[in-house]
Amino acid sequence: IALDTQPNGGGRMQEKQYTPCLLNFFIYNPTFGPREGEEEKKILFYHPSEVEKNEKIRNVGLCEAIVQFTRTFCPTKPAKSLHTQKNRQFFFEPEENFWIVMVVRNPMIEKPNKDGKPPTIEYQEEEILDTVYGAVVRQCYSMYKLFNGPFGRAMETGGVELLMQKLEKFFYRYLQTLHLQSCDLLDVFGGISFFPLDKMTYLKIQSFVNRVEESLSLIKYTAFLYNDQLIWSGLEQDDMRTLYKYLTTSLFPRHSEPEVRSNLLSVNFLSCFVLRFLTGPANLKDPEAKFRFPKIFVASEDGYEELHLIVYKAMSAAACFMINASVEVTREFCEQLDGLVGPQLTLLASDICEQFTINRRTSGPEKEPQFKFIYFNHMNLAEKSTIHMRKTASVCLTSVHPDLMKILGDINCDFARVDEDEEIIVKAMTDYWVVGKKSDQRELYVILNQKNANLIEVNEEVKRLCATQFNNIFFLD
Amino acid sequence: MAEEHYLELSENPVQFEHASSVNNVFFDEANKQVFAVRSGGATGVVVKGPDDKSSVAFRMDDKGEVKCIKFSIGNKILAVQRTSKSVDFINFIPDYPHTEFTQECKTRNASILGFCWTSWNEIVFITDQGVEFYQVFPDKRNLKLLKSQSINVNWYQYCPETAVILLSTTVQGNVLQPLAFKNGNVSKMSKFEIELPVIPKPAKLSLSERDVAMATIYGQLYVMYLKHHSRTANSPGAEVVLYHLPREGPCKKSHVLKLNTTGKFALNIVDNLVVVHHQSSQTSLIFDIRLKEPDCSVNTQQPVLPARSIHPYRIPLSGSAVVPSQPPVPCQLYSSSWSVFQPDIIISASEGYLWYLQVKLPPTVKLLQDKGKLMDFLLRRRDCKMVILSVCSQILEGSEKAELPVVATVFDKLNQVYKDYLEAEQSYAAAVESGPSRGAATQKRPVRTQAVIDQSDMYTHVLSSFSERKGVSHKFIIAVLMEYIRSLNQYQITVQHYLYELVIKTLVQHNHFYMLHQFLQYHVLNDSKPLACLLLSLEGTYPPAHQLSLDMLKRLSTANDEIVEVLLSKQQVLGALRFIRSVGAHDNVSARKFLDAARQTGDQMLFYTVFRSFQQRNQRLRGSPAFNPGTF
Repeated sequence: IALDTQPNGGGRMQEKQYTPCLLNFFIYNPTFGPREGEEEKKILFYHPSEVEKNEKIRNVGLCEAIVQFTRTFCPTKPAKSLHTQKNRQFFFEPEENFWIVMVVRNPMIEKPNKDGKPPTIEYQEEEILDTVYGAVVRQCYSMYKLFNGPFGRAMETGGVELLMQKLEKFFYRYLQTLHLQSCDLLDVFGGISFFPLDKMTYLKIQSFVNRVEESLSLIKYTAFLYNDQLIWSGLEQDDMRTLYKYLTTSLFPRHSEPEVRSNLLSVNFLSCFVLRFLTGPANLKDPEAKFRFPKIFVASEDGYEELHLIVYKAMSAAACFMINASVEVTREFCEQLDGLVGPQLTLLASDICEQFTINRRTSGPEKEPQFKFIYFNHMNLAEKSTIHMRKTASVCLTSVHPDLMKILGDINCDFARVDEDEEIIVKAMTDYWVVGKKSDQRELYVILNQKNANLIEVNEEVKRLCATQFNNIFFLD
Repeated sequence: MAEEHYLELSENPVQFEHASSVNNVFFDEANKQVFAVRSGGATGVVVKGPDDKSSVAFRMDDKGEVKCIKFSIGNKILAVQRTSKSVDFINFIPDYPHTEFTQECKTRNASILGFCWTSWNEIVFITDQGVEFYQVFPDKRNLKLLKSQSINVNWYQYCPETAVILLSTTVQGNVLQPLAFKNGNVSKMSKFEIELPVIPKPAKLSLSERDVAMATIYGQLYVMYLKHHSRTANSPGAEVVLYHLPREGPCKKSHVLKLNTTGKFALNIVDNLVVVHHQSSQTSLIFDIRLKEPDCSVNTQQPVLPARSIHPYRIPLSGSAVVPSQPPVPCQLYSSSWSVFQPDIIISASEGYLWYLQVKLPPTVKLLQDKGKLMDFLLRRRDCKMVILSVCSQILEGSEKAELPVVATVFDKLNQVYKDYLEAEQSYAAAVESGPSRGAATQKRPVRTQAVIDQSDMYTHVLSSFSERKGVSHKFIIAVLMEYIRSLNQYQITVQHYLYELVIKTLVQHNHFYMLHQFLQYHVLNDSKPLACLLLSLEGTYPPAHQLSLDMLKRLSTANDEIVEVLLSKQQVLGALRFIRSVGAHDNVSARKFLDAARQTGDQMLFYTVFRSFQQRNQRLRGSPAFNPGTF
């Protein structure tokens, strides 16, 4: 359980604050055990696994009942979440009759009592947002689907047994990486951060991708990233969104951490120039090396297709090559790829780096951005945040108080309710102003900290931000 | 094999009466005229030039054997040399006296080796003791000596294009003195010595005039020396050594063309290519001196293409009155009766033909495998456009399809030339604009050669048909289009709208909307109103195109009306109103459009809001909320 203790004020009493955490996560299919006494068959996955069987059956049954019951009010939109004092449950039916349920314990404050009485617990029922955790559940499914294909696929090839095996294998590890306490608006968006680049360098990257795909015709799709930001995706948007999430929150941080930790300059210097496969063999020269790459599933014209995922990195540039999974990736192929891609990618990476520093220099000295904002475009999933620090494998740090993040989430919910363009300005506690703007498919959230500012000044300030940061898009004032 | 002959004789040769005991044939390199002199002129002189205008026939008195006969430029005055001491002149200007007049050479005991016209009335006598430069006065029927130069001469060569006479001097003959003639002036260019393969002992004339020729290649004057293989040296074959003769400054040995064989050779220059004919093998070689082998100071070059013979030629029988049953007779190529003249003339005196040698480009495509080198070669040829375009098509389609890096190289080479032309054009336009006082007169309008292959050429002849070709993977089509756009961008050439349209069409056809989206996101496809409209039309199949289009219109900053139209058509009346206010055009916008759109929504509140907004505007502008009938 994630524990977050905050000394509150200077009083004698020590309050303990508990962030939201995962209580249960289960997947079931009511059609698998419709008869009484066979209820256990419905359960395909249950976390934590050590929960007693009857309790599992009871919990699943309850969810089933709630979903059934709420259907009577709105047959097309069954319940999405259930709010209770202690926890909140999220329901999601990704494929017909397959339900994923996540139970999150509400954040709470433990107040010690005098005279050895047990502490009082206050649950903060309203502190968590449906949109954020609903998105987390959907993300769980997308990630499973990326690496395993839809549930239906496992059912077709190996029946329930195979599906249960796959779910166990995937979610056992995946749930450990969920950090529910740091989920926020960005999880709702599930956006992609794009690397800003001049046209010529972009065309060079295009040229590189096309040439590699031509000479290594096994490669079906390519994605190109720099500094953990996307530059080119040959995959369709939805698949790229999930793959991007995997790359930036799991694969890249896993490989960059040793460098970050190392304080030795020379080590860092060397590691910058190392070319390597982030998936597959660690060392091509190793005679024992195994040429196995993770397989991913992406949408295709006739359902989905299975691909090998080869991620190759040179300096800060990473290229993902996807190859039809029915083909065996051999040592020869990897060597060929290494020989062809290595030099070109290194050259491109230094080109991009050069361009990047030129741009930074021309746009003035690097200063702490005056504005804290989050931008998201539903059309291309482009997201930009000056609120979030660099993501690491374990946590995603924000530079603002969770209360402000909650306000952002609330505004987002308001936006979701209507189609019209809107603007919402909120005066938060302390000196903060929070501004939300929605124009067509774009959303912008700004946090301003200006003492004694009034509404008009805040509005002017946001206008100025739009004029400097977003002058090349159609964004209504 | 038949398609591999990259040299051919011109289809319509100049025909003349072949040389015989009664008919002497002369050729004048300056006017490119063939003189057929029958019986010393008494039974007629027939002059055939490259076109009918320059063809003349006349009679003159037989005053002895004609040694040399040439018209001055423009056929004004005829000069005839019959003795080694003098030259006779006949006026061909109407209304001038036609009687001959004679000029003897001034230098005593000198004998005239020949003469050259340098203008319509200036002539140079070359004698064994020097040169004499005269001006002819046809009305007075006399000549005036302008300049003379004393020097021992073995033989001479004349390059009419540059009016440069090259004199062979010294005992061995290998010290060459070029003289340039211009407007009555003679200027001595720097003298140079040709290295002989063997130095004879005792000294004797060792450099033959047959082995030396002058020609302009890529606008520069060169002396070409055919250096025969010597048994003593270990050179594998004969060479052509090129000496560059700049207008000013010293002459420099610039290129060595390796012939890799021995025997009898003859030289031509065609389309700035050096053509070397080899008689015993009946083949020819071509060299392009601009194809650089950058290693050594003296550029040693191998032939561009493998040796091939000139395309077989058939002589049509009896000229115009062709008898159908009689097939044309094959002409014997590389015949020993051939004479070769600069730059591109081959004459068969015994058969009575003058041909121009021509380069056929299509066969070179097959013979030159390296496409980059092929492009370099083709881009420097005169009639190259269609061949280059066909090479472009060829590398994109069919069995000869090239790989992307090759395609990229070809595009880059084309665009380099295209860019150079655009820049020249631009600086010319700038010079014209800055007024006639400064530079405009000195700067010539750049000539657009065939090698300038612009986007519309590429689109019409290559890309549009290629992109519609069945059986070509769309991935390759898109890659090629992007490569072309990349190349244009690399040379900072503005990409034309129709290329973007082609990219979009191809992407849309294959449902690659996300790719299109990414291209637009990185502004790879430049903003323009037509492009924005095209995107707008895609909204039905790809909704995000709406946003992309609006963004583009916004960036154009000249399309505010279009933005309002788009928003109103989407019933985003308030949005449209807010937009028009933000760009400060609220005051002079027509209220009717907005009110119409508001009414169509059926939202009364909205209509009221819009109406009030315009009333307030009217109040502010005119002091009354009422609408002006005219502006409304």
